[in-house]
Amino acid sequence: MVSTKVTLSGIELDNPVIPASGTFGYGQEFAELYDINCLGTFSFKGTTRAPRFGNPTPRIAETPSGMLNAVGLQNPGVEKVIAEELPKLKKIFHKPVMANISGFSIDEYVETCALLDREEQVGWLEVNISCPNVHNGGMSFGTSPQAAAGVTKAVKAVTTKPVYMKLSPNVTDIAAIARACEDAGADGISLINTLLGIRLDLKSRKPLLANTTGGLSGPAVFPVAVRMVYQVYEAVSIPVIGMGGVSSAEDVLEMMLAGASAVEVGAANLVNPFACRDIAAALPEAMEKYGINNLSDIIGGAHHG
Amino acid sequence: MTQGIYRVEYNRKLAPDVWELRLSGDTEAVTAPGQFLNIKLEGFYLRRPISICDWDGEGVTVLYKVVGRGTAALSDAEPGQDLDILCGLGNGFDVSKCGSRTLVIGGGAGVPPMYGLAKALLRAGKTPIAILGFNKKEEIFYEERFRALGIETVITTMDGSYGTKGFVTDAFPAEYDYFCACGPQPMLKAVYHTSKTSGLLSFEERMGCGFGACMGCSCKTKYGNKRICKDGPVLEKEEIIW
Repeated sequence: MVSTKVTLSGIELDNPVIPASGTFGYGQEFAELYDINCLGTFSFKGTTRAPRFGNPTPRIAETPSGMLNAVGLQNPGVEKVIAEELPKLKKIFHKPVMANISGFSIDEYVETCALLDREEQVGWLEVNISCPNVHNGGMSFGTSPQAAAGVTKAVKAVTTKPVYMKLSPNVTDIAAIARACEDAGADGISLINTLLGIRLDLKSRKPLLANTTGGLSGPAVFPVAVRMVYQVYEAVSIPVIGMGGVSSAEDVLEMMLAGASAVEVGAANLVNPFACRDIAAALPEAMEKYGINNLSDIIGGAHHG
Repeated sequence: MTQGIYRVEYNRKLAPDVWELRLSGDTEAVTAPGQFLNIKLEGFYLRRPISICDWDGEGVTVLYKVVGRGTAALSDAEPGQDLDILCGLGNGFDVSKCGSRTLVIGGGAGVPPMYGLAKALLRAGKTPIAILGFNKKEEIFYEERFRALGIETVITTMDGSYGTKGFVTDAFPAEYDYFCACGPQPMLKAVYHTSKTSGLLSFEERMGCGFGACMGCSCKTKYGNKRICKDGPVLEKEEIIW
Protein backbone atom coordinates (compact mmCIF):
# COMPACT_ATOMS: atom_id res chain seq x y z
CA MET A 1 0.00 0.00 0.00
CA VAL A 2 1.65 3.25 -1.15
CA SER A 3 1.27 6.54 0.76
CA THR A 4 0.33 9.70 -1.12
CA LYS A 5 0.47 11.86 2.01
CA VAL A 6 2.55 15.03 2.06
CA THR A 7 2.88 17.85 4.57
CA LEU A 8 2.76 21.62 4.03
CA SER A 9 3.92 23.65 7.05
CA GLY A 10 2.73 21.07 9.55
CA ILE A 11 -0.63 20.39 7.91
CA GLU A 12 -0.91 16.93 6.42
CA LEU A 13 -2.54 16.50 2.98
CA ASP A 14 -4.02 13.17 1.90
CA ASN A 15 -2.37 13.74 -1.45
CA PRO A 16 -0.37 16.55 -3.07
CA VAL A 17 -3.04 17.47 -5.65
CA ILE A 18 -4.33 21.04 -5.25
CA PRO A 19 -6.55 22.81 -7.79
CA ALA A 20 -4.88 26.13 -8.55
CA SER A 21 -6.41 29.47 -7.82
CA GLY A 22 -8.63 30.90 -10.54
CA THR A 23 -9.54 27.53 -12.01
CA PHE A 24 -11.71 26.23 -9.17
CA GLY A 25 -13.75 29.22 -7.97
CA TYR A 26 -14.64 28.74 -4.30
CA GLY A 27 -15.26 25.03 -4.88
CA GLN A 28 -19.01 25.06 -5.54
CA GLU A 29 -19.02 24.35 -9.30
CA PHE A 30 -16.83 21.28 -8.81
CA ALA A 31 -18.65 20.03 -5.72
CA GLU A 32 -21.69 19.64 -8.00
CA LEU A 33 -19.61 17.18 -10.05
CA TYR A 34 -17.67 15.17 -7.47
CA ASP A 35 -16.77 15.02 -3.77
CA ILE A 36 -13.92 17.53 -3.61
CA ASN A 37 -12.73 16.04 -0.30
CA CYS A 38 -10.68 13.65 -2.44
CA LEU A 39 -8.26 16.55 -3.02
CA GLY A 40 -5.31 17.48 -0.82
CA THR A 41 -6.82 20.94 -0.54
CA PHE A 42 -7.62 23.66 -3.09
CA SER A 43 -6.51 27.22 -3.59
CA PHE A 44 -9.54 29.44 -3.85
CA LYS A 45 -10.17 32.23 -6.36
CA GLY A 46 -7.74 35.12 -6.05
CA THR A 47 -9.38 37.40 -3.50
CA THR A 48 -8.81 41.11 -3.00
CA ARG A 49 -9.81 43.62 -0.32
CA ALA A 50 -12.56 45.18 -2.49
CA PRO A 51 -14.85 43.43 -5.01
CA ARG A 52 -13.52 43.45 -8.58
CA PHE A 53 -15.31 42.87 -11.89
CA GLY A 54 -12.02 42.33 -13.68
CA ASN A 55 -11.14 43.01 -17.29
CA PRO A 56 -13.44 43.46 -20.28
CA THR A 57 -14.08 40.42 -22.50
CA PRO A 58 -12.70 38.61 -24.46
CA ARG A 59 -10.66 37.37 -21.51
CA ILE A 60 -9.65 33.99 -22.97
CA ALA A 61 -7.63 32.99 -26.03
CA GLU A 62 -6.45 29.56 -27.07
CA THR A 63 -2.78 28.82 -27.73
CA PRO A 64 -0.85 25.75 -28.85
CA SER A 65 -1.16 23.35 -25.87
CA GLY A 66 -2.55 26.01 -23.61
CA MET A 67 -4.45 29.22 -23.18
CA LEU A 68 -4.08 32.88 -22.36
CA ASN A 69 -6.32 34.46 -19.73
CA ALA A 70 -6.83 38.04 -18.68
CA VAL A 71 -9.69 37.65 -16.23
CA GLY A 72 -8.28 40.44 -14.07
CA LEU A 73 -8.93 38.97 -10.63
CA GLN A 74 -12.71 39.08 -10.73
CA ASN A 75 -13.86 38.30 -7.18
CA PRO A 76 -16.53 39.41 -4.70
CA GLY A 77 -14.03 40.91 -2.24
CA VAL A 78 -12.70 39.39 0.98
CA GLU A 79 -15.63 40.42 3.18
CA LYS A 80 -18.17 38.66 0.97
CA VAL A 81 -15.86 35.65 0.67
CA ILE A 82 -15.77 35.38 4.47
CA ALA A 83 -19.49 36.08 4.91
CA GLU A 84 -20.82 33.92 2.07
CA GLU A 85 -18.28 31.65 0.37
CA LEU A 86 -16.55 30.17 3.42
CA PRO A 87 -19.82 29.17 5.17
CA LYS A 88 -21.04 27.55 1.92
CA LEU A 89 -17.68 25.81 1.53
CA LYS A 90 -17.80 24.46 5.09
CA LYS A 91 -20.78 22.31 4.13
CA ILE A 92 -18.98 20.58 1.26
CA PHE A 93 -15.28 20.65 2.12
CA HIS A 94 -13.96 19.39 5.43
CA LYS A 95 -10.24 20.16 5.08
CA PRO A 96 -8.22 23.35 5.51
CA VAL A 97 -8.47 25.48 2.36
CA MET A 98 -5.70 27.56 0.82
CA ALA A 99 -6.67 31.24 0.66
CA ASN A 100 -5.23 32.91 -2.43
CA ILE A 101 -5.02 36.66 -2.00
CA SER A 102 -3.97 39.54 -4.22
CA GLY A 103 -3.46 43.23 -3.74
CA PHE A 104 -2.45 46.38 -5.50
CA SER A 105 -0.75 47.99 -2.49
CA ILE A 106 0.94 46.70 0.66
CA ASP A 107 -2.00 47.97 2.72
CA GLU A 108 -4.44 45.96 0.65
CA TYR A 109 -2.44 42.74 1.11
CA VAL A 110 -2.20 43.37 4.84
CA GLU A 111 -5.91 44.10 5.33
CA THR A 112 -7.02 41.08 3.30
CA CYS A 113 -4.62 38.72 5.07
CA ALA A 114 -5.54 40.06 8.50
CA LEU A 115 -9.23 39.37 7.80
CA LEU A 116 -8.55 35.82 6.54
CA ASP A 117 -6.20 35.10 9.43
CA ARG A 118 -9.28 34.86 11.72
CA GLU A 119 -10.93 32.14 9.61
CA GLU A 120 -10.35 28.65 11.00
CA GLN A 121 -11.16 27.03 7.63
CA VAL A 122 -8.10 28.71 6.11
CA GLY A 123 -5.02 26.54 6.42
CA TRP A 124 -2.54 28.61 4.43
CA LEU A 125 -2.34 32.00 2.80
CA GLU A 126 -1.07 31.95 -0.76
CA VAL A 127 -0.05 35.48 -1.63
CA ASN A 128 -0.05 36.33 -5.34
CA ILE A 129 2.58 39.00 -6.01
CA SER A 130 2.19 39.12 -9.79
CA CYS A 131 -0.17 42.11 -9.46
CA PRO A 132 0.94 45.63 -10.34
CA ASN A 133 1.75 47.97 -7.45
CA VAL A 134 -0.40 51.06 -7.96
CA HIS A 135 2.00 53.08 -5.79
CA ASN A 136 5.03 52.15 -7.84
CA GLY A 137 4.10 52.93 -11.44
CA GLY A 138 2.23 49.64 -11.79
CA MET A 139 5.37 47.51 -11.51
CA SER A 140 4.55 44.02 -10.30
CA PHE A 141 5.56 43.24 -6.69
CA GLY A 142 6.88 39.93 -7.93
CA THR A 143 9.52 41.37 -10.24
CA SER A 144 11.95 42.69 -7.63
CA PRO A 145 13.38 40.89 -4.57
CA GLN A 146 12.89 44.03 -2.43
CA ALA A 147 9.20 44.46 -3.35
CA ALA A 148 8.52 40.73 -2.90
CA ALA A 149 10.20 40.83 0.51
CA GLY A 150 8.20 43.92 1.42
CA VAL A 151 4.88 42.16 0.86
CA THR A 152 6.09 39.03 2.66
CA LYS A 153 7.20 40.93 5.75
CA ALA A 154 4.03 43.02 5.92
CA VAL A 155 1.76 40.00 5.58
CA LYS A 156 3.71 37.87 8.07
CA ALA A 157 3.23 40.62 10.67
CA VAL A 158 -0.56 40.20 10.62
CA THR A 159 -1.04 36.43 10.44
CA THR A 160 -0.03 33.29 12.26
CA LYS A 161 -1.04 31.09 9.33
CA PRO A 162 1.67 29.75 7.03
CA VAL A 163 2.32 32.20 4.21
CA TYR A 164 3.22 30.91 0.74
CA MET A 165 4.41 33.57 -1.67
CA LYS A 166 3.20 32.88 -5.21
CA LEU A 167 5.87 34.03 -7.62
CA SER A 168 5.68 35.41 -11.12
CA PRO A 169 7.81 33.62 -13.73
CA ASN A 170 8.22 36.84 -15.70
CA VAL A 171 11.55 37.66 -14.05
CA THR A 172 15.24 37.23 -14.82
CA ASP A 173 16.26 35.56 -11.55
CA ILE A 174 13.50 33.54 -9.88
CA ALA A 175 15.91 32.16 -7.24
CA ALA A 176 16.80 35.64 -5.98
CA ILE A 177 13.13 36.51 -5.49
CA ALA A 178 12.41 33.22 -3.72
CA ARG A 179 15.38 33.80 -1.40
CA ALA A 180 14.20 37.35 -0.63
CA CYS A 181 10.78 35.95 0.35
CA GLU A 182 12.37 33.30 2.55
CA ASP A 183 14.61 35.86 4.24
CA ALA A 184 11.54 38.05 4.88
CA GLY A 185 9.85 35.18 6.72
CA ALA A 186 7.82 33.31 4.08
CA ASP A 187 6.81 29.79 5.12
CA GLY A 188 6.83 28.52 1.55
CA ILE A 189 6.98 29.40 -2.12
CA SER A 190 4.32 28.73 -4.77
CA LEU A 191 5.26 28.85 -8.43
CA ILE A 192 4.76 29.47 -11.28
CA ASN A 193 2.06 32.02 -12.00
CA THR A 194 1.26 32.45 -15.70
CA LEU A 195 3.72 33.60 -18.36
CA LEU A 196 2.88 36.85 -20.09
CA GLY A 197 1.72 36.46 -23.69
CA ILE A 198 -0.18 38.05 -26.57
CA ARG A 199 -2.16 36.53 -29.44
CA LEU A 200 -3.36 38.48 -32.46
CA ASP A 201 -6.37 38.01 -34.71
CA LEU A 202 -5.34 37.97 -38.36
CA LYS A 203 -8.72 39.29 -39.58
CA SER A 204 -8.96 42.30 -37.27
CA ARG A 205 -5.15 42.60 -36.93
CA LYS A 206 -5.74 43.30 -33.24
CA PRO A 207 -5.04 41.40 -29.99
CA LEU A 208 -7.53 38.62 -29.25
CA LEU A 209 -7.75 39.69 -25.62
CA ALA A 210 -9.45 42.96 -24.69
CA ASN A 211 -6.61 43.43 -22.19
CA THR A 212 -3.99 42.93 -24.99
CA THR A 213 -1.77 40.74 -22.78
CA GLY A 214 -2.77 37.61 -20.89
CA GLY A 215 -1.23 34.87 -18.78
CA LEU A 216 -0.19 31.67 -20.52
CA SER A 217 -1.01 28.38 -18.81
CA GLY A 218 -1.50 24.76 -19.81
CA PRO A 219 0.92 22.01 -20.86
CA ALA A 220 2.88 24.55 -22.95
CA VAL A 221 4.40 26.02 -19.75
CA PHE A 222 5.13 22.72 -17.95
CA PRO A 223 8.89 22.52 -18.69
CA VAL A 224 9.34 26.17 -17.72
CA ALA A 225 7.56 25.47 -14.44
CA VAL A 226 9.66 22.37 -13.74
CA ARG A 227 12.83 24.37 -14.40
CA MET A 228 11.80 27.19 -12.03
CA VAL A 229 10.70 24.78 -9.28
CA TYR A 230 14.06 23.03 -9.68
CA GLN A 231 15.96 26.33 -9.34
CA VAL A 232 13.92 27.56 -6.38
CA TYR A 233 14.27 24.23 -4.55
CA GLU A 234 18.05 24.69 -4.72
CA ALA A 235 17.82 28.29 -3.53
CA VAL A 236 15.59 27.96 -0.46
CA SER A 237 14.97 25.56 2.41
CA ILE A 238 11.24 26.27 2.83
CA PRO A 239 8.67 24.07 1.02
CA VAL A 240 7.80 24.72 -2.59
CA ILE A 241 4.39 24.20 -4.20
CA GLY A 242 4.90 23.52 -7.91
CA MET A 243 2.44 24.36 -10.63
CA GLY A 244 2.28 25.17 -14.32
CA GLY A 245 0.77 22.90 -16.95
CA VAL A 246 0.39 19.85 -14.72
CA SER A 247 -2.10 17.50 -16.38
CA SER A 248 -1.38 13.97 -15.13
CA ALA A 249 -0.15 11.90 -12.18
CA GLU A 250 3.19 11.56 -13.99
CA ASP A 251 3.45 15.36 -14.19
CA VAL A 252 2.87 15.48 -10.42
CA LEU A 253 5.75 13.05 -9.86
CA GLU A 254 8.03 15.05 -12.16
CA MET A 255 7.19 18.30 -10.38
CA MET A 256 7.90 16.66 -7.00
CA LEU A 257 11.23 15.27 -8.20
CA ALA A 258 12.11 18.85 -9.21
CA GLY A 259 11.43 19.95 -5.64
CA ALA A 260 7.72 20.44 -5.08
CA SER A 261 6.21 19.34 -1.75
CA ALA A 262 2.74 19.64 -3.28
CA VAL A 263 1.46 20.32 -6.77
CA GLU A 264 -1.24 22.61 -8.08
CA VAL A 265 -3.27 21.86 -11.18
CA GLY A 266 -4.75 24.81 -13.03
CA ALA A 267 -5.77 25.00 -16.68
CA ALA A 268 -6.45 21.24 -16.82
CA ASN A 269 -9.54 21.78 -14.63
CA LEU A 270 -11.05 24.00 -17.30
CA VAL A 271 -10.71 21.39 -20.03
CA ASN A 272 -11.58 18.37 -17.91
CA PRO A 273 -13.65 19.30 -14.85
CA PHE A 274 -12.68 15.96 -13.28
CA ALA A 275 -8.93 16.47 -13.87
CA CYS A 276 -7.89 16.85 -10.22
CA ARG A 277 -10.04 13.96 -9.01
CA ASP A 278 -8.63 11.76 -11.79
CA ILE A 279 -5.01 12.82 -11.17
CA ALA A 280 -5.31 12.11 -7.42
CA ALA A 281 -6.90 8.73 -8.18
CA ALA A 282 -4.15 7.84 -10.68
CA LEU A 283 -1.28 8.64 -8.30
CA PRO A 284 -1.00 5.26 -6.48
CA GLU A 285 -0.69 3.34 -9.76
CA ALA A 286 1.85 5.80 -11.15
CA MET A 287 3.83 5.53 -7.89
CA GLU A 288 3.87 1.74 -8.09
CA LYS A 289 5.04 1.92 -11.69
CA TYR A 290 8.05 4.02 -10.66
CA GLY A 291 8.75 2.15 -7.42
CA ILE A 292 7.65 4.90 -5.04
CA ASN A 293 6.23 3.83 -1.66
CA ASN A 294 6.04 7.17 0.11
CA LEU A 295 5.36 10.13 -2.12
CA SER A 296 7.05 12.56 0.27
CA ASP A 297 10.32 10.61 -0.21
CA ILE A 298 10.72 11.86 -3.78
CA ILE A 299 10.49 15.61 -3.07
CA GLY A 300 13.57 17.13 -4.69
CA GLY A 301 14.72 13.66 -5.69
CA ALA A 302 16.27 14.96 -8.92
CA HIS A 303 18.80 16.98 -6.90
CA HIS A 304 20.22 14.16 -4.78
CA GLY A 305 23.14 11.90 -5.55
CA MET B 1 -23.78 18.88 -16.69
CA THR B 2 -22.37 15.51 -17.64
CA GLN B 3 -19.15 14.49 -19.32
CA GLY B 4 -19.36 11.67 -21.77
CA ILE B 5 -18.32 10.10 -25.04
CA TYR B 6 -20.69 10.77 -27.92
CA ARG B 7 -20.66 9.01 -31.28
CA VAL B 8 -20.98 10.93 -34.53
CA GLU B 9 -24.04 9.65 -36.44
CA TYR B 10 -23.73 12.10 -39.31
CA ASN B 11 -21.98 15.40 -40.00
CA ARG B 12 -23.26 17.15 -43.12
CA LYS B 13 -23.17 20.52 -44.78
CA LEU B 14 -26.49 22.43 -44.84
CA ALA B 15 -25.40 25.76 -46.33
CA PRO B 16 -22.07 27.48 -47.03
CA ASP B 17 -19.98 26.94 -43.84
CA VAL B 18 -23.01 25.65 -41.88
CA TRP B 19 -22.97 22.01 -40.74
CA GLU B 20 -25.42 19.72 -39.00
CA LEU B 21 -23.90 17.22 -36.57
CA ARG B 22 -25.89 14.43 -34.97
CA LEU B 23 -24.37 12.77 -31.90
CA SER B 24 -25.66 9.75 -30.03
CA GLY B 25 -25.17 9.59 -26.29
CA ASP B 26 -26.60 10.48 -22.91
CA THR B 27 -28.90 13.52 -23.01
CA GLU B 28 -30.10 13.36 -19.40
CA ALA B 29 -28.31 16.63 -18.61
CA VAL B 30 -30.23 18.58 -21.25
CA THR B 31 -33.01 20.32 -19.34
CA ALA B 32 -33.94 23.28 -21.58
CA PRO B 33 -33.62 24.50 -25.17
CA GLY B 34 -30.77 26.97 -25.65
CA GLN B 35 -28.27 24.99 -23.57
CA PHE B 36 -24.98 24.05 -25.16
CA LEU B 37 -22.32 21.37 -25.51
CA ASN B 38 -18.57 21.83 -25.03
CA ILE B 39 -16.71 19.59 -27.45
CA LYS B 40 -13.08 18.43 -27.10
CA LEU B 41 -11.24 18.18 -30.41
CA GLU B 42 -7.94 16.45 -31.01
CA GLY B 43 -5.15 19.00 -31.32
CA PHE B 44 -6.99 21.88 -29.62
CA TYR B 45 -6.53 22.75 -25.95
CA LEU B 46 -9.88 24.36 -25.18
CA ARG B 47 -13.25 22.80 -25.91
CA ARG B 48 -15.65 24.30 -28.49
CA PRO B 49 -18.99 25.50 -27.10
CA ILE B 50 -21.87 24.86 -29.53
CA SER B 51 -25.58 25.37 -28.87
CA ILE B 52 -27.96 22.42 -28.94
CA CYS B 53 -30.42 22.57 -31.83
CA ASP B 54 -32.51 19.54 -30.93
CA TRP B 55 -32.36 16.53 -28.65
CA ASP B 56 -34.20 13.35 -27.74
CA GLY B 57 -33.54 10.27 -25.63
CA GLU B 58 -30.99 8.96 -28.14
CA GLY B 59 -28.79 11.99 -28.73
CA VAL B 60 -28.35 15.61 -29.69
CA THR B 61 -28.25 17.58 -32.94
CA VAL B 62 -26.07 20.65 -33.20
CA LEU B 63 -25.61 23.06 -36.09
CA TYR B 64 -22.38 25.02 -36.29
CA LYS B 65 -20.75 27.55 -38.54
CA VAL B 66 -17.16 26.99 -39.63
CA VAL B 67 -15.46 30.21 -38.51
CA GLY B 68 -11.98 29.10 -37.45
CA ARG B 69 -9.60 26.17 -37.22
CA GLY B 70 -11.54 24.43 -34.45
CA THR B 71 -14.88 24.38 -36.24
CA ALA B 72 -13.08 23.46 -39.46
CA ALA B 73 -11.63 20.44 -37.63
CA LEU B 74 -15.10 19.57 -36.32
CA SER B 75 -16.42 19.53 -39.89
CA ASP B 76 -13.93 16.70 -40.57
CA ALA B 77 -15.52 14.48 -37.91
CA GLU B 78 -16.64 11.21 -39.51
CA PRO B 79 -19.63 9.01 -38.67
CA GLY B 80 -18.60 6.45 -36.03
CA GLN B 81 -16.04 8.78 -34.48
CA ASP B 82 -16.21 9.32 -30.70
CA LEU B 83 -16.07 12.81 -29.20
CA ASP B 84 -15.48 13.80 -25.54
CA ILE B 85 -18.28 16.23 -24.69
CA LEU B 86 -19.60 18.19 -21.72
CA CYS B 87 -23.37 18.13 -22.19
CA GLY B 88 -26.22 20.27 -20.87
CA LEU B 89 -24.30 23.47 -20.13
CA GLY B 90 -25.90 26.83 -19.39
CA ASN B 91 -29.39 27.80 -18.29
CA GLY B 92 -31.23 27.70 -21.62
CA PHE B 93 -34.61 29.28 -22.35
CA ASP B 94 -37.22 29.03 -19.59
CA VAL B 95 -40.31 28.08 -21.57
CA SER B 96 -42.55 28.75 -18.54
CA LYS B 97 -41.70 32.46 -18.86
CA CYS B 98 -42.82 32.57 -22.50
CA GLY B 99 -46.24 33.83 -23.56
CA SER B 100 -48.93 32.12 -25.62
CA ARG B 101 -47.69 33.92 -28.78
CA THR B 102 -43.91 34.02 -28.48
CA LEU B 103 -41.62 35.33 -31.20
CA VAL B 104 -38.75 32.92 -31.79
CA ILE B 105 -36.07 35.07 -33.40
CA GLY B 106 -32.84 33.65 -34.79
CA GLY B 107 -30.11 35.33 -36.80
CA GLY B 108 -27.58 33.29 -38.83
CA ALA B 109 -25.63 31.02 -36.49
CA GLY B 110 -28.20 31.97 -33.81
CA VAL B 111 -30.98 30.08 -35.60
CA PRO B 112 -30.18 26.52 -34.35
CA PRO B 113 -31.20 26.79 -30.67
CA MET B 114 -34.46 28.42 -31.74
CA TYR B 115 -35.56 25.19 -33.40
CA GLY B 116 -35.40 23.25 -30.13
CA LEU B 117 -37.12 26.18 -28.44
CA ALA B 118 -39.96 26.21 -30.99
CA LYS B 119 -40.50 22.49 -30.35
CA ALA B 120 -40.47 23.01 -26.58
CA LEU B 121 -43.01 25.84 -26.87
CA LEU B 122 -45.29 23.61 -28.91
CA ARG B 123 -44.98 20.86 -26.29
CA ALA B 124 -45.97 23.44 -23.66
CA GLY B 125 -49.11 24.29 -25.64
CA LYS B 126 -47.82 27.70 -26.74
CA THR B 127 -47.72 29.22 -30.23
CA PRO B 128 -44.24 30.11 -31.47
CA ILE B 129 -43.84 32.50 -34.42
CA ALA B 130 -40.44 32.05 -36.04
CA ILE B 131 -38.51 34.97 -37.54
CA LEU B 132 -35.25 33.77 -39.03
CA GLY B 133 -32.74 36.24 -40.43
CA PHE B 134 -29.97 35.53 -42.94
CA ASN B 135 -27.68 37.62 -45.12
CA LYS B 136 -28.85 36.11 -48.43
CA LYS B 137 -30.84 33.26 -49.96
CA GLU B 138 -27.84 30.89 -50.31
CA GLU B 139 -27.20 31.01 -46.54
CA ILE B 140 -30.70 29.95 -45.46
CA PHE B 141 -30.99 26.67 -43.55
CA TYR B 142 -33.70 24.89 -41.55
CA GLU B 143 -36.59 26.88 -43.08
CA GLU B 144 -38.39 23.66 -44.05
CA ARG B 145 -37.72 22.18 -40.58
CA PHE B 146 -39.42 25.12 -38.88
CA ARG B 147 -42.32 25.00 -41.38
CA ALA B 148 -42.69 21.25 -40.76
CA LEU B 149 -43.51 22.08 -37.14
CA GLY B 150 -46.64 23.75 -38.52
CA ILE B 151 -45.71 27.16 -37.16
CA GLU B 152 -45.74 30.57 -38.82
CA THR B 153 -42.22 31.06 -40.18
CA VAL B 154 -40.93 34.33 -41.63
CA ILE B 155 -37.56 34.48 -43.36
CA THR B 156 -35.70 37.78 -43.71
CA THR B 157 -32.64 38.40 -45.86
CA MET B 158 -30.41 41.46 -45.74
CA ASP B 159 -30.20 41.70 -49.53
CA GLY B 160 -33.84 40.83 -50.18
CA SER B 161 -32.93 37.75 -52.23
CA TYR B 162 -35.56 35.71 -50.32
CA GLY B 163 -38.47 36.47 -47.99
CA THR B 164 -38.75 39.85 -46.31
CA LYS B 165 -35.92 42.26 -47.14
CA GLY B 166 -34.13 43.67 -44.13
CA PHE B 167 -33.53 42.83 -40.48
CA VAL B 168 -35.50 40.42 -38.29
CA THR B 169 -36.95 43.53 -36.63
CA ASP B 170 -38.54 44.50 -39.98
CA ALA B 171 -40.68 41.34 -39.76
CA PHE B 172 -42.13 41.75 -36.26
CA PRO B 173 -45.87 40.97 -36.35
CA ALA B 174 -48.45 43.28 -34.78
CA GLU B 175 -49.44 40.80 -32.12
CA TYR B 176 -47.14 38.85 -29.81
CA ASP B 177 -46.79 38.69 -26.05
CA TYR B 178 -43.16 37.58 -25.54
CA PHE B 179 -39.96 37.04 -27.50
CA CYS B 180 -36.84 34.87 -27.44
CA ALA B 181 -33.80 35.73 -29.55
CA CYS B 182 -30.37 34.38 -30.42
CA GLY B 183 -27.97 35.90 -32.93
CA PRO B 184 -25.15 38.39 -33.37
CA GLN B 185 -25.00 41.21 -30.80
CA PRO B 186 -26.18 43.98 -33.19
CA MET B 187 -29.27 41.88 -33.93
CA LEU B 188 -29.91 41.25 -30.23
CA LYS B 189 -29.56 44.95 -29.52
CA ALA B 190 -32.02 45.84 -32.31
CA VAL B 191 -34.49 43.23 -31.00
CA TYR B 192 -34.06 44.58 -27.46
CA HIS B 193 -34.96 48.11 -28.58
CA THR B 194 -37.73 47.18 -31.06
CA SER B 195 -39.59 44.66 -28.89
CA LYS B 196 -42.66 45.88 -27.01
CA THR B 197 -42.75 42.97 -24.54
CA SER B 198 -40.51 41.15 -22.09
CA GLY B 199 -38.23 38.53 -23.54
CA LEU B 200 -35.15 36.36 -23.31
CA LEU B 201 -31.91 36.90 -25.24
CA SER B 202 -29.14 34.35 -25.70
CA PHE B 203 -25.57 35.68 -25.80
CA GLU B 204 -22.28 34.44 -27.15
CA GLU B 205 -18.85 35.01 -25.57
CA ARG B 206 -15.40 33.46 -25.77
CA MET B 207 -15.25 30.88 -22.99
CA GLY B 208 -12.55 29.10 -21.07
CA CYS B 209 -14.28 26.23 -19.29
CA GLY B 210 -17.99 26.57 -20.17
CA PHE B 211 -19.17 25.51 -16.69
CA GLY B 212 -18.64 28.54 -14.48
CA ALA B 213 -15.15 27.97 -13.08
CA CYS B 214 -12.82 30.39 -14.84
CA MET B 215 -14.78 33.66 -15.01
CA GLY B 216 -13.64 34.03 -18.63
CA CYS B 217 -17.05 35.08 -19.97
CA SER B 218 -18.40 37.40 -17.28
CA CYS B 219 -20.74 40.29 -18.04
CA LYS B 220 -22.41 42.98 -15.98
CA THR B 221 -26.20 42.93 -15.63
CA LYS B 222 -28.68 44.95 -13.59
CA TYR B 223 -28.89 41.92 -11.30
CA GLY B 224 -25.11 41.74 -10.78
CA ASN B 225 -22.19 40.03 -12.52
CA LYS B 226 -23.11 36.93 -14.50
CA ARG B 227 -21.18 34.21 -16.27
CA ILE B 228 -22.50 33.75 -19.81
CA CYS B 229 -21.64 30.03 -19.64
CA LYS B 230 -23.28 29.17 -16.31
CA ASP B 231 -25.75 31.94 -15.36
CA GLY B 232 -26.49 32.42 -19.12
CA PRO B 233 -26.24 32.19 -22.05
CA VAL B 234 -29.89 33.29 -21.80
CA LEU B 235 -30.52 36.58 -20.00
CA GLU B 236 -33.78 38.40 -19.35
CA LYS B 237 -34.41 41.62 -21.28
CA GLU B 238 -35.01 43.44 -17.97
CA GLU B 239 -31.54 42.69 -16.60
CA ILE B 240 -29.51 43.64 -19.68
CA ILE B 241 -27.61 46.93 -19.53
CA TRP B 242 -27.99 48.56 -22.97
